[in-house]
Amino acid sequence: MLSNRLPTWQGARLLGSRPDFWSNWTALIALAVLCLVFGIGASHFLSAGNVEDVLTESAVLVILAVGQSFVILTAGIDLSEVAILTLGAVLLGEVVTHAGGLGIGFACLAAVAGGAAMGLLNGLTIAKVRITDFIVTLGALGVASGLALVLTSGTPTQITSNFLLRLSTGSVGPIGYPVLVAVAVVIAGHWTLFHTRFGAHVLATGGDREAARAMGVRIDRVRIAVYLISGILAGLTAVLYTARIGAAEPAPDTTLLLDAIAATVLGGVSLFGGRGTILGPAVGAVLLTALANGLTLMAVSQFYEPLVVGLVVVGAAGLMRYQRG
Amino acid sequence: MDVGLGQEITKPATPALALEVDDLTKSFGGIVALDGVSLWAARGEVTAIVGDNGAGKSTLIKCVTGIHRPERGTIRLAGHDVDLSSPEVARKAGVETVYQDLSLVDDLSVVQNFFLGREDTCSLGPLRWLDRRGMARRVAELLSLLSVNVPSPSARVRRLSGGQRQAIAIARAATFGSHLVIMDEPTASLGVQETVRVENVICRLRDQGVPIILISHDMQQVLRLTDRVWVLRGGRLAGGGPTGGLDGEQLVALITGVKDRPA
Repeated sequence: MLSNRLPTWQGARLLGSRPDFWSNWTALIALAVLCLVFGIGASHFLSAGNVEDVLTESAVLVILAVGQSFVILTAGIDLSEVAILTLGAVLLGEVVTHAGGLGIGFACLAAVAGGAAMGLLNGLTIAKVRITDFIVTLGALGVASGLALVLTSGTPTQITSNFLLRLSTGSVGPIGYPVLVAVAVVIAGHWTLFHTRFGAHVLATGGDREAARAMGVRIDRVRIAVYLISGILAGLTAVLYTARIGAAEPAPDTTLLLDAIAATVLGGVSLFGGRGTILGPAVGAVLLTALANGLTLMAVSQFYEPLVVGLVVVGAAGLMRYQRG
Repeated sequence: MDVGLGQEITKPATPALALEVDDLTKSFGGIVALDGVSLWAARGEVTAIVGDNGAGKSTLIKCVTGIHRPERGTIRLAGHDVDLSSPEVARKAGVETVYQDLSLVDDLSVVQNFFLGREDTCSLGPLRWLDRRGMARRVAELLSLLSVNVPSPSARVRRLSGGQRQAIAIARAATFGSHLVIMDEPTASLGVQETVRVENVICRLRDQGVPIILISHDMQQVLRLTDRVWVLRGGRLAGGGPTGGLDGEQLVALITGVKDRPA
């Protein structure tokens, strides 16, 4: 009796314990479920126009999640990411206002360079001065948002630029430019993580720092580099974000940071580092954007949105836990 | 040199020598951890270094792996004087160590762990990427050569048994340790069967001419596995010679120094 049952039981167990199945696909499964629910609940949700809108809107969050993923994969965290975005947007606005002659290209470059500088500073402080990442990036969050407020005296700068307008509204076929930028970042991030020596060292640093060090991986360099990447991508999103709202906004969008971290975790990146992907967090970012969009379409009060997002994040984490347990 | 094992020691000609240590001395504060120790290890042999805790084994090994710098004495690898100023220098000089904690990253695959820190890459212009297929093929070849069984080279190390993990760490060290592979208690945490498997891997490496230094507290293992044994006691060399013909009691007596006392 028992021996008859054993094979099935083992089979079921094997399927459930397929390495990383749940953690790699949680975001995608959740997205599919979401599409089903909202597709039935709000007929407009799956229309081509709305799908394009969701993708375009998710571009910023996708890029932020990629940056955050690199940091979290080394078992770190970047709390300053969105504050750096804000500072980048303000730098862009300042260049346009006070040095308009230099051109919008230079202004965009200033945003990315500012992000890179903040990221590098984060990385150096964490790796060389050896202060905990949580504290350093929390401090950087304060510094970057403070600088943004000081530089602008707290008022948004209106930016009229054909380039930025085209960036936010233009498209190749049905696919908007912001989506193309995000896709390029995701592909580059995936390639870097899984097909370069640096990517291997990121995973090793997060997986077991001492073992990686013993094998000659330069831990400090890797850790500095991931915060630099996060800073550069935050600078890049500053350009997309400014283009979308048509102004450099010095007040930080506080939910964006939590969404970026939530997307990363939803995407199967372990907060302890060492395991995860880039595609997962990208899907996680689309998922969170689609969730907000679907709730709006179903005329659910926007006050419910954080509540639902919170439940989805914890639920998804539970799904991953089930796989590991 | 005190030839404590009562056997003639004839040092082989230089080409056969993987490691020669001469008059090595290292102290920490006022404590002399290593006091004028001279010994050597030959190619195609497993050389044991034994001694009680605090006898100077780890200090000696740390000098050879570049972690400590000796105050006096010379280290020669394959007949050349080397200055092992850092672990990186020692690795580049062809000295690999299998530590007790293995230095494997659990979440990475066998292949990734094998090549960690010295990945093979392909390049095109400024782009450089991992030669993943090439590395997987090399690992599969190397492991089958040593008859190390793993589910697949792409399996995560976390899913492997202690013996498999140890075998991979040893195979990795042997692949890159062109002049010397040092193993620190390689079977201390393993069961009987797994110990046998790891010992087989060590024997196969020796037969391929890889010079191996084994540090072990397991006297039976030392007798079973090694061709030559050096005994350290209180930071000095207490004796050394071929393992053949020794028994455990003689070895223990030499380690504890009981033999020195008048009977």
